Amino acid sequence: MAQILVEGLSKSYRVSERQSGAWGAVKGLFRRQVRIVEALKGISFELERGELLGFIGPNGAGKSTTIKVLSGILEPSSGRCEVDGLTPWRNRMRHVARIGVVFGQRTQLWWDLPVIDGFELLRDIYAVPDSEYRRTRDTMVGLMRLEKLLDQPVRQLSLGQRMRCEIAATMLHRPSILFLDEPTIGLDAPSKLAVREFVKTLNREQHVTVILTTHDMHDIEALAERVIVIGNGVILADTSFESLRTEVLTERRLSIDFVGEAPALSIPGVAVCSREGNSLELSFDPRAVAVPQLIGRISAEYELADIRLEQPRIEEVIAHFYSLHGATEA
Amino acid sequence: MRAQGYLSVFRMRFLLMLQYRAAALAGFGTQCWWGFIKVMVFAAFFHSSLAHQPLSFAQAVTYTWLGQAFLALLPWSGDPDIAELVRSGNVSYERLRPLDTYFYWYVRAMAFMSARAAPRAAMMFALASLILPLIGFGAWRLRAPATTEAALLFIPAMVAVVLLSSAFMMLINIATVVTMSDRGANALAVPLVIALSGSIVPLPFFPEVMQRFLFLQPFAGLVDIPYRIYFANLSGAVALAGLLQMLTWTAVLVFAGHRAMNSAMTRLQVQGG
Repeated sequence: MAQILVEGLSKSYRVSERQSGAWGAVKGLFRRQVRIVEALKGISFELERGELLGFIGPNGAGKSTTIKVLSGILEPSSGRCEVDGLTPWRNRMRHVARIGVVFGQRTQLWWDLPVIDGFELLRDIYAVPDSEYRRTRDTMVGLMRLEKLLDQPVRQLSLGQRMRCEIAATMLHRPSILFLDEPTIGLDAPSKLAVREFVKTLNREQHVTVILTTHDMHDIEALAERVIVIGNGVILADTSFESLRTEVLTERRLSIDFVGEAPALSIPGVAVCSREGNSLELSFDPRAVAVPQLIGRISAEYELADIRLEQPRIEEVIAHFYSLHGATEA
Repeated sequence: MRAQGYLSVFRMRFLLMLQYRAAALAGFGTQCWWGFIKVMVFAAFFHSSLAHQPLSFAQAVTYTWLGQAFLALLPWSGDPDIAELVRSGNVSYERLRPLDTYFYWYVRAMAFMSARAAPRAAMMFALASLILPLIGFGAWRLRAPATTEAALLFIPAMVAVVLLSSAFMMLINIATVVTMSDRGANALAVPLVIALSGSIVPLPFFPEVMQRFLFLQPFAGLVDIPYRIYFANLSGAVALAGLLQMLTWTAVLVFAGHRAMNSAMTRLQVQGG
């Protein structure tokens, strides 16, 4: 049976509004306008134990809301959800003892406490036996390279250091499911790599189920085999990352530097993106125009200095996908 | 098993709050200043009136210094940490702990108050009971407990103050969660607490017809009942009734707060990020 089961999950928020300006403020004293915002409109999916799922979508799509419902923080308006046989918001205390959650934009460690004190507080809160705690802590300290940070108050850490501590703190009670909500936001490249490496290790070696939301497509590319794209509260795609890439945007780009000025080519099925000095950039669909023939044809007619074939960047793929589905943020 | 979690939360917060020495000194300074003003007002009042008063001058002065010593135990604002959690959205993380969120915050409130009060009270006792007589203000000093019985009853009474006051603070915290801001609840709490607890004017000085009501209302347990136990103005069965009154109100406020918390949390909205 699936470890995580989500069926027709909906969540709406009430948002108070008032018209702008002084008159709007006065009117607001007597009559409040309440708008219902539907953050989730009936999403469904299943996840097996040990899977690593990437959750992507534009800002405001409903990713964080999904994570908050699954982790028992928010109660949905309707729908069913079971995690390891428990309904998160009904069996909250038992449920949260088994999961770990990291919010990339928030802090769980107490700001004024040294990191190690924060860890011990969590040990007591989760009632982790001391021997087990020591073992997990030492593993985490090793994996996340925290030796030098343990005695520092959290407020003195850099964002990257703090996030490494946060993730280690989340694992102290050995959760079997890990929710990561934008864990790499604002991190520098080495910290991002460390976080990715760590998540990969947990998932591959300890079979921790992971749900990851991110705006950094390199996170997804490095980690997730399965991706759910969410937009405006509905699931737009639930597929492998590779098929997302090939199905959504098949376009290829060919950049050519000529010896001498770039010619004004006109080949059916090939569009000229830019032509400047010696350089020419072409775009085409590889299913309609074969790459070797295209290169052969051009190199037969002109003398070439350099040639580069590129796939569109992942960000472009995703942006294109969002706009196809009208899923960009309102 | 879980008690360990709550105990650890209490201990960490307590030790953390003890670090703020500058704040404790500044608070102590302010409390001395106000203490002297209030004692001078009482001195003028007792000199100008020969009518029989409900408290003696010595008792009124002791009441005042106790009030200054334990000022940090009054629930006139919510827990600043909780207000910060609500502002920042970190309240999400609180719900991820396998603890009852009400009692999780309740022990934090207890630690916050008692750690703030402990150094201030120690300094105030030293000043008002030891130093004042040495510099010639013996009449204005904080007296020792009136009897052994009073001293023994005062200890559970102060524990009950912390329990009761934390339950009040929790109501403010919950209002902060519901309204997303700590301003409204704090503004409402201040006048109620200082007037009805006896913090500004000892409750026995209020009109006779109000005395029964004043003794029974929940704020009396914050200041008036324990201090009057201290100088044996309340003793024997009445003192025990006072203690019972405090514990009953604590239970009522905890019960109400716990229910309010659950309903606030089911309606919780956490937006963004």
